[in-house]
Amino acid sequence: MAQKKFVVGCFDEEKVLFPAVKQVRAAGYKIKDVYTPFAVHGLDHALGMRETSLHTAGFIYGITGTATAVSSISWIFTKDWPLNIGGKPHFALPAWIPIIFELTVLFAAVGMVMTFCWLCQLAPGVKKHHFHKRATDDLFVMVIECTEKTNAEDLMALLKSNGAVETDIQVAEEGWWFGTYDKNDDLYNNKQVAL
Amino acid sequence: MHIKYESQLREPLVYGEKNFHQVTEDILRPIEVKPSRLWYIGFFIAVTLLLFGVYSLYREVTYGIGQWNLNKTIGWGWDITNFVWWVGIGHAGTLISAVLLLFRQGWRTGVNRAAEAMTIFAVMCAGQFPIFHMGRVWLAFFIMPYPNSRGPLWVNFNSPLLWDVFAISTYFTVSLLFWYSGLLPDLATVRDRAFTKLRKKLYGIAAFGWTGSTKHWQRHESLSLVLAGLSTPLVLSVHTIVSFDFATSVIPGWHTTIFPPYFVAGAIFSGFAMVQSLLIVVRKVFGLTDYITIGHIDLMNKVIVLTGSIVGIAYLTELFMGWYSQNKYEGYTFWYSRAYLFSPYGWSYWGMMACNVLSPQIFWSRKMRRNVFVTFFMSIIVNIGMWFERFVIIVTSLYRDYLPSSWSVYYSPSIWEIGFYTGTFGLFFTCFFLFAKYFPVIAVAEIKYVLKRSGESYKPEFEKLEAQPLDSFVHDNVHAH
Repeated sequence: MAQKKFVVGCFDEEKVLFPAVKQVRAAGYKIKDVYTPFAVHGLDHALGMRETSLHTAGFIYGITGTATAVSSISWIFTKDWPLNIGGKPHFALPAWIPIIFELTVLFAAVGMVMTFCWLCQLAPGVKKHHFHKRATDDLFVMVIECTEKTNAEDLMALLKSNGAVETDIQVAEEGWWFGTYDKNDDLYNNKQVAL
Repeated sequence: MHIKYESQLREPLVYGEKNFHQVTEDILRPIEVKPSRLWYIGFFIAVTLLLFGVYSLYREVTYGIGQWNLNKTIGWGWDITNFVWWVGIGHAGTLISAVLLLFRQGWRTGVNRAAEAMTIFAVMCAGQFPIFHMGRVWLAFFIMPYPNSRGPLWVNFNSPLLWDVFAISTYFTVSLLFWYSGLLPDLATVRDRAFTKLRKKLYGIAAFGWTGSTKHWQRHESLSLVLAGLSTPLVLSVHTIVSFDFATSVIPGWHTTIFPPYFVAGAIFSGFAMVQSLLIVVRKVFGLTDYITIGHIDLMNKVIVLTGSIVGIAYLTELFMGWYSQNKYEGYTFWYSRAYLFSPYGWSYWGMMACNVLSPQIFWSRKMRRNVFVTFFMSIIVNIGMWFERFVIIVTSLYRDYLPSSWSVYYSPSIWEIGFYTGTFGLFFTCFFLFAKYFPVIAVAEIKYVLKRSGESYKPEFEKLEAQPLDSFVHDNVHAH
């Protein structure tokens, strides 16, 4: 588990974030990620990400479900144990449409959610480094990985001049590991809740 | 194409001066403070009902279906009535989250999370009835097709009852996945605001390590959209298949082709009514009136008056066909067993008509749609009416069929049948109370997404945009990709 050095810049407005992303990329830095409290449409394009293929995976899972239903029901009702139901045909496709449809949906949905969790490394008990606690509340947190050529001070100045409200340097684990979030002592203290 | 702008003419979806942090504070407050006394009282009542239901089921499992007042003629009574009723209620959540997502109805964000939770709990309640109606519930797994040592003896894939098994279990699974994948970002918000170690640990596990990465959000959006696309035909198929349980039989009163659309409309009708009953209480008790606004209630009441009228037309069509078919058995069922007020179950038919068709018509008035008390009262009335509908369909069709020698004596439920039903209320409300205590009842991230477009304090900014000439407006505000 290799530790890496990152420069973090926090923004509090979408309007400021988009030009900042453009400027930072134009200056030649590679943005590792931007952590946002909600889905910011267009940010993936601004960061130069390609479209996700998750829906294609969903289609493949769906037709797998269709094929499973058609093949297993027809095998059961024509080969394995042909039941005489009121003298009707053994291969009764119209009567199987509801189950074929349901299995198509089931396979597509379950498969997609599992693929989603796999791709995003999401699972119970998975832990990742969080660059800013307010990234799930109200801040848009831009993270840039430092290389040996990066001058962190310059980069922080660039972020500040583009409207970052907070900047800092963090040394952190890049991937994920198993663990719970209660180990590091960083509870949310400045809570002001009216009872 | 995606427009980052919303017309002034539309009502704001979020009232008050809010910023992102305020949204988080407002919605998460109920799960971060100690529950009120009202919560404990409600939870206690729900658990008591649940325990009575468990005892009723203990009687049923130990002594058999004879504990219920079913007989050879009325083989489906309260149990299947309740099953269809709960499944119907379980339709609003997925309708709100999926169909309204596809139709790009921004107002779904305020109500979808609670409605989806309600869907899941309602389907859980619904499932109990057919499972325990099997009698030997310990053999319930026989309904799953798997290679077995009994032949192998397979289930009948041509039977609507088996279609139901697949439809309900698929619906439950997909609704659960849809709900939970939407919850992940909000659970992460709760985790990052945790003020005790235990909360941090448990919400950390529940949030699956969500960080809010842009790539994850991109996939999350794609996942939600495809799941919505899958759930839309699914939600229509589920009640269609439930209606096939009846429509594919040869019982007069059941054997009608109108059933699928009529059942689906009825399901949406009762589901929205249940959403209203729950959310009107939740928004008041949790102080969320800025997020579940009177505008939301108004819109849901419009859905109620529409679907209630569709159901009304279906009732009238059935009566017409009962006469037009000139089939004496159908005529007897529709015009004597149901529509004749002084027949044994005539009261249930007219109760249904009054609750489902006549009373929702008051929602043509905007004033009534925006009145919280009227809405709450009507939501209860609609659900009573929809229970009557299922009772009418099941019992009035069964109790007198082709042979007068097998006509039934008057059917009324035993205490254990009633106990089972109240037990599912207990289950439903126990789950809902726990949900409201431990999960955000409104989708925090989705509210933040619409806040700067549809929030009350942000809408005035768009005034100068509206004054712009069309070309420059399109150039600035339409983001095509």
